[in-house]
Amino acid sequence: MPPTAEAPAHGEAQKLTQSSAWRVEVFRRPERQDPEGDHALHAMVELGLRRPTRVRIGRGYLLDPSYESATVADIATSFLADPVIDAPRIHAPGEVPSATDGMHRVLVMAQPGVMDPVAQTVDRLLQNTGRVPDGGAPGVATFRAYEIEGDYTTDELESAAARIFANATIEVVRIDREDLPYGTPFGASPRGRTEVALLDATDERLLEISVQGQLSLTLTEMRAIQEHYRAQSREPSACELETIAQTWSEHCKHKTFTGFIDFEGPDGETEEIDNLLKTTVARATHELDRDWCVSVFVDNAGIVEFDQGFDLAIKVETHNHPSAIDPYGGAGTGIGGVIRDLLGAGLGARPIANTDAFFVGPTDLDADQLPKGTMHPRRILRGVVAGVRDYGNRMGIPTLNGGVWFDPGYTANPLVYAGTVGILPRECAFKEVRPGDAIVSVGGRTGRDGIHGATFSSIELSEESEMVSSAAVQIGDPITEKRVLDCLFVARDRGLYRGITDCGAGGFSSAVGEMGEECGADVELANVPLKYAGLSSDEVWISEAQERMVLAVPPENVDACLAVFAAEDVEATVIGTFTDTGKLIVRDEGKIVAELDMRFLHDGTPRPRRRAKWTRPNLPDPGCPAPANDDYGAALLALLGHPNIASKEWILRQYDHEVQGMSVVKPLVGVRADGPGDAAVLKPLETSRKGAVISCGVNPNFGELDPKAMAESVIDEALRNAVAVGADPDHAAILDNFSWGNCDKPDRLGALVLASKGCYDAAMAYGTPFVSGKDSLNNEYRIGDQTLSIPSTLLITCLATIPDVARAVTMDLKRAGNALYVVGMTRAEFGGSHYLALQGLDGGRVPRPDLETAPALLRALHGAMREGHVTSAHDLSEGGLAVTVAEMAFAGELGAEIDLRELPTETDHATDANCDADALRLFSESCTRLVLEVAPDHVEAFERALAGHHFARIGTVTEAGADARFVARGSQTGEIVLDVPIEALRAAHGSGFQG
Amino acid sequence: MTMKEGQAGTTDSGVRGVVLRSAGTNCDGELKRAFEAAGASTDLLHLNAIAKDPKRLEDYSILSIAGGFSYGDYVAAGRVFGLELRHRLDEALHAFIERGGVVLGVCNGFQILIELGLLQDPGLAPDERSIALTDNASDRFECRWVTLRSEDSVCPWVRAGDLTPVPIAHAEGRFAVRDRDALDELYAKRQVALTYVDPAHPNTGRDDDVPYPFNPNGSTANIAGICDPTGRVLGLMPHPERNLTPWNHPQWTRMGTREEGEGLPFFRRMVAVATSTLVS
Repeated sequence: MPPTAEAPAHGEAQKLTQSSAWRVEVFRRPERQDPEGDHALHAMVELGLRRPTRVRIGRGYLLDPSYESATVADIATSFLADPVIDAPRIHAPGEVPSATDGMHRVLVMAQPGVMDPVAQTVDRLLQNTGRVPDGGAPGVATFRAYEIEGDYTTDELESAAARIFANATIEVVRIDREDLPYGTPFGASPRGRTEVALLDATDERLLEISVQGQLSLTLTEMRAIQEHYRAQSREPSACELETIAQTWSEHCKHKTFTGFIDFEGPDGETEEIDNLLKTTVARATHELDRDWCVSVFVDNAGIVEFDQGFDLAIKVETHNHPSAIDPYGGAGTGIGGVIRDLLGAGLGARPIANTDAFFVGPTDLDADQLPKGTMHPRRILRGVVAGVRDYGNRMGIPTLNGGVWFDPGYTANPLVYAGTVGILPRECAFKEVRPGDAIVSVGGRTGRDGIHGATFSSIELSEESEMVSSAAVQIGDPITEKRVLDCLFVARDRGLYRGITDCGAGGFSSAVGEMGEECGADVELANVPLKYAGLSSDEVWISEAQERMVLAVPPENVDACLAVFAAEDVEATVIGTFTDTGKLIVRDEGKIVAELDMRFLHDGTPRPRRRAKWTRPNLPDPGCPAPANDDYGAALLALLGHPNIASKEWILRQYDHEVQGMSVVKPLVGVRADGPGDAAVLKPLETSRKGAVISCGVNPNFGELDPKAMAESVIDEALRNAVAVGADPDHAAILDNFSWGNCDKPDRLGALVLASKGCYDAAMAYGTPFVSGKDSLNNEYRIGDQTLSIPSTLLITCLATIPDVARAVTMDLKRAGNALYVVGMTRAEFGGSHYLALQGLDGGRVPRPDLETAPALLRALHGAMREGHVTSAHDLSEGGLAVTVAEMAFAGELGAEIDLRELPTETDHATDANCDADALRLFSESCTRLVLEVAPDHVEAFERALAGHHFARIGTVTEAGADARFVARGSQTGEIVLDVPIEALRAAHGSGFQG
Repeated sequence: MTMKEGQAGTTDSGVRGVVLRSAGTNCDGELKRAFEAAGASTDLLHLNAIAKDPKRLEDYSILSIAGGFSYGDYVAAGRVFGLELRHRLDEALHAFIERGGVVLGVCNGFQILIELGLLQDPGLAPDERSIALTDNASDRFECRWVTLRSEDSVCPWVRAGDLTPVPIAHAEGRFAVRDRDALDELYAKRQVALTYVDPAHPNTGRDDDVPYPFNPNGSTANIAGICDPTGRVLGLMPHPERNLTPWNHPQWTRMGTREEGEGLPFFRRMVAVATSTLVS
């Protein structure tokens, strides 16, 4: 929309409808298949509606009424419609399309003010090709039209629209009605300074101000602010309060991790913790002091040394609450945001890989089990997958790693983690800002989208969230971000700027506030390019509109820098200057709307003191599984089909994992590329064979029972996954991403303390530093008085290196006759295991790596692998040994025969009548274990390399072919206890939800 | 990026290439790498830079349009970039081809060539086009490796009978024709250059139904790439530029030692054709 457009009063979209615009609807020709329509048809059937005869989907465009009809016809036939595929329908202003008998029309359109990148693109092209109407602007808006043949009531169609076609938070729906909103979005808010009466406010009033303003500030914090302004004898402006709220938000400040905690452990031990982050995660990094860590915990991403003068940068973010409200937009802007973190790391890292992990409710959940105000897990998962796909693919960044976890605890509050790895030359690893540097905003325009995202993410969701937080939803435009990326590296390599950060949570207030922290900044909001008129000064300042970066440009480079962006049609604007005043001054048309002391803004946050207490759940320890079920084949097939283990191919294929041409080990491997790889390997430099390895580890089941063991075991999992493809465990960096419940509650915070302690212990034992991390707390969902917390979820992401990609190893079996080995010790650790879950049992001892022996074992294994002694490798995790060998067998289209008597176990249990010793061996999820395939001529060298560690030869790769089987001999007498054709294994693994 | 480009052991053919890019192009890096590995020194140029000075095209013998999501592929894949090129560079592009230059469009580049009308007889208006690329039959973006068979076509750098493993990564790659006559015409003019096959049964014909996922998108006659009637302009959906090294292939850990990826010879032959008709 042109920024000069006049706007009516705030909150009211201009009441113009279809009668005022040209309308073009583009449907496929009747004889052409409409795959998208077929998809919608199936979704209606899945919803339980009668099967429609046919569903067709049209793309709709509204155009300015002052166009000549011949011009509209030309636009429709030569631009909007494909001559071979489509048949456009044109309706003049005032005309209304009519549905034929037995057909319903459902129209879906973005709400006024919601980003519509398609409309912007069409608008721009029409202007660039000289198709401008007398009215002066093309005025393009877009919508979707569903033509549904079948007999439906309006209620049924409303249900279908609400659950399949549209998201009411951001879209307008019309059922058998043709009036569409058309015109300028939103109303006008006053610009300039507004004052908030704070000095004489009571505590009650202080809290009221915080709640009404969506500031998410506590009473203690409000009092500190009041104190600060009393000392100055003046009232704060609304803009100042907003800036403080953004800067002090949990999202930006991590107050829980950096505050005081009075902790009581499961055995009654107590401790006062002064800054959990500094005493656990960051402490490990500091004490390890690895020389290949270049920049950790200080920048937008962690930076580690790579090769030939290049470093790698990595960051993983959460975007949980926005994804709950709008899965597609939330996930898309999640990946968009973390990519910008990389663009703002050092002087900018070029993104080379994405990693994503999702945690959602069960896809087979009964609709009536769904908490009020939430979306079905199927819809959430499809939405987040599509969001990551459309943003990541359009950015040209391969999505190479990730995971999906299903648990009822995520139904109301799904988790979306998005991460990016980038590469940058060492000389670009650091940044600075100097007084006098111009503050330059580049990229997208600022609008009313994403107001209060930072403060919104710091409170719990509720059934009203989708109503009250629509403004917090952002719709991304990856192409704008790609343009920024393209120009940014030109400017970087010419040395035109010396500081950079992304505009994320808190918008300019956070970006400029952070960059100017050590010096000062003076900003003129009137210079900020807007999507449309009518924003208040405060809104311009805190808007989280996407695809914007802020640069610090030396005055002598300003013209050259702006020219670089202009050359590729990217907007770049000077919006202020960094100063030496120590103050953050915000003006609008010269008048000051905020004046804040940088020290108070950044250091004035009162540190909260919270209580933490964790008690063990009162559950019996089943120890070794009882001898209940000896149909191990059936158990194995059930495990392979378990949603957490089953194939994620339907998701992985939708991500481009080949773009940039660097991927060496892809997410899917094996003969038919249907084996789940342990980790991704890529070769970032053309002139070096050194590779980067990305893996992850997570297991929320463990956290319920023992948060500290969970942390240790998922760090072990991330590392053994990396080692499985050939990574050097001594060049591995890890990232911690905590998604937790409300940490005002002592049990949640107690679990967080224990998990953090586990992080410290494991990082120290493996010598693996944390280089970056992020926490998302308050993942709870409130219905009335009740709150539902998510399972405590710690995602560990690992970025490691492999000395030579030609030595990378995949998990598929390679050749009959090769030996199969297991490394690591199998224990009766069934707590949180999928085998117990299958039997409906809970409790038990959570797998925990032996921190004394595990690091050396991984090192020794890597030594064998880098010498080329291992032909395939796969880690043991969910489902244990049986699942691992099964996956290796079907991926390699080869059989396997193993003997459970050979497996190294802590306690034999073979003669224990209360213990199913075979189930123990087949399904335990003990840590630090892998299955390795070794060719006969490498057996001796392999065994020599592993000498002194727990390992054993457990079997052999057997013949290929249609009747290849996975056979296991039991621990008692060596009789066959499991015998399943590999094709049955493959089928079970592929039997899950397919999207 | 300051990463070093080029590959040891490459001999410079003296041919110069240009990879055209615009907002949303994202396979320009690997395409440039492919041409350089094949011996053609190659520049990356933004559309704005060429449109400002169309004579710059005269410096080059190979023009390629890289994959990606130009302008987000909003409206339809390649539509906006295609129209923008028609509007700003139409004459220069035709002059380039008449001068003997060769043109390659990969993935989004193929979609753009179709929108541009460069794969059919010159002079057709946008609404007279009889070939199209549309939504995959699966209605999904898909990334997977396929096997391409090179057909007996007029394209001089496509060697009939070759089977080449290459990845696809697209949402709108289903080749479609207006009617049977349009398809017959493509065969009559020997414009069908590349088709999808099942590597276990590679001798399928135009009327054989190569099943999913071997034909990954439901393309008519399993067509993956076509050339113009002169053979000097080729468009294809798959990405040979993503199979240059011995480690790109998804099953390389199951193969013996290989010196290079199977996509590289395609570029070498194209550079050789450009060399033999080098415009001075």
